Amino acid sequence: MKRWIDKQKNIIDFTLSSLLRRKGKNTALFLVYTLIVFLLASVMFYTYALKKEAALILQNAPDIVVQRTVAGRHDLMPVKYVEEMRKIRGVNTASPRLWGYYYDPRSRANFTLMVSESHPLPAGDIIIGSGISRSLRAFRGDMMTFRTHDGDLLTLQVSDILSTESELVSADIILMAEEDFRDLSGMAKEYATDLTLRVRNQEELRTIAGKIADLLPGMRPIIKDEMLRTYDSVFDWRSGMVVLMIFSSVLAFIIFAWDKASGLSAEERKEIGILKAIGWETSDVIVMKFWEGAVISLTSFLTGMVLAYIHIFFTPAPLFEGALKGWSVLYPSFRLTPFINPYQIATLFFLTVVPYTVATIVPSWRAATVDPDSIMRS
Amino acid sequence: MIFIPPAAGGDMRKSTIYFSFLIVLFLLSGSIFFLSSAQRRNAASDLEEMGRTVKELELTDLSLFMEARYTRHPSQSDLQTAFQDHPMAMEHFPSGSLMKVPEVMRESSRYETLDR
Repeated sequence: MKRWIDKQKNIIDFTLSSLLRRKGKNTALFLVYTLIVFLLASVMFYTYALKKEAALILQNAPDIVVQRTVAGRHDLMPVKYVEEMRKIRGVNTASPRLWGYYYDPRSRANFTLMVSESHPLPAGDIIIGSGISRSLRAFRGDMMTFRTHDGDLLTLQVSDILSTESELVSADIILMAEEDFRDLSGMAKEYATDLTLRVRNQEELRTIAGKIADLLPGMRPIIKDEMLRTYDSVFDWRSGMVVLMIFSSVLAFIIFAWDKASGLSAEERKEIGILKAIGWETSDVIVMKFWEGAVISLTSFLTGMVLAYIHIFFTPAPLFEGALKGWSVLYPSFRLTPFINPYQIATLFFLTVVPYTVATIVPSWRAATVDPDSIMRS
Repeated sequence: MIFIPPAAGGDMRKSTIYFSFLIVLFLLSGSIFFLSSAQRRNAASDLEEMGRTVKELELTDLSLFMEARYTRHPSQSDLQTAFQDHPMAMEHFPSGSLMKVPEVMRESSRYETLDR
């Protein structure tokens, strides 16, 4: 066993010296390889963590949200339907939800206005999300002016700021009293934006949603499972333009690596010829080439993965921040909770390290089986 | 095959240096799993706080895509959004580069069941 280990060590010594002789070429290969693994691992880490976090947080979302549609478009919900919903067997609570958007032309930001029973506010007071507070420099005691639906100005005082810990779900929210909301939006007293239902038995969600659709044909029930699945599909790591762009660079890398790994240069052929002439066996040459592939691919894989982890979970993921922010003025400041899927890492390993290592062995085996004399002469 | 013995007493062998480096890399990669579970423990209270806010305010979506009203609440938008011009149309907002057509849209049966 010791003899085998010594042999491997000697071969690795030789392999490393051989790699260092072509320093420039191999460093470039290592950097590109690391970059590809870094990009792929970053997308995987980011999307998986976001999906898991969304699933955990939205477990507390309402069981069913009922929207009213008129001519295929979302419309206001008459509050009288609350009673009809409560009559449906299995429904625990039904309540109207008052919310909407407000575009502030000065800050060019979209706010989400809400009325919350859990945060009862006197007229004239608002609670703002920490994203709004940070972006607009609005703090407790400050006044914010809004333009109502009929053009009047409505000035409200910031009485509190929602916690920064909850920013991922509340960055752009403004909570206000019902009468302020109705003054601002012009929504009549007998209407709400939509209804939320809590159901006793989670198994019955789909049945209850079906009953609502049968009972009130203009309604569109959205069950919690659909909300969760929206985020599941939105953040599918195989989705989106980012992966498409990365995919094209991966393809370019595959061609580059395949060319590098599978086609031996005249110098490398000569090297194999000399090694065989001085007594190396074909198996030794193959082992040497295996180590050559393994050294580059394993080092690149591990480095790329560690860098991706730092990028996603220790920084605000600058690579994706731009795309996520888009054109929005407000943006939540959040650090993702690291959820890692070992299966994805294993997939990435088998898709990057294994093919490259194999690709380096095959041409060397072909060259190593040829007579050393003819290789050196050619 | 002839093996040349390592230089006596001199510099450290290249293989030893490389393996030391590789061990460090392996340890760093392995520590990702331990580190992530420690970070998750630290973030548990934040997750709880977010869950509580979602429950109290009856929220349905993350405030991630705030550039347009139909990207702010993807789970509440109608079935032709966020790609609202056409189910397969490319979204002109940058969020379109991260989102794809929701799976529910492709399952016509779900449309039949819940959206009459």
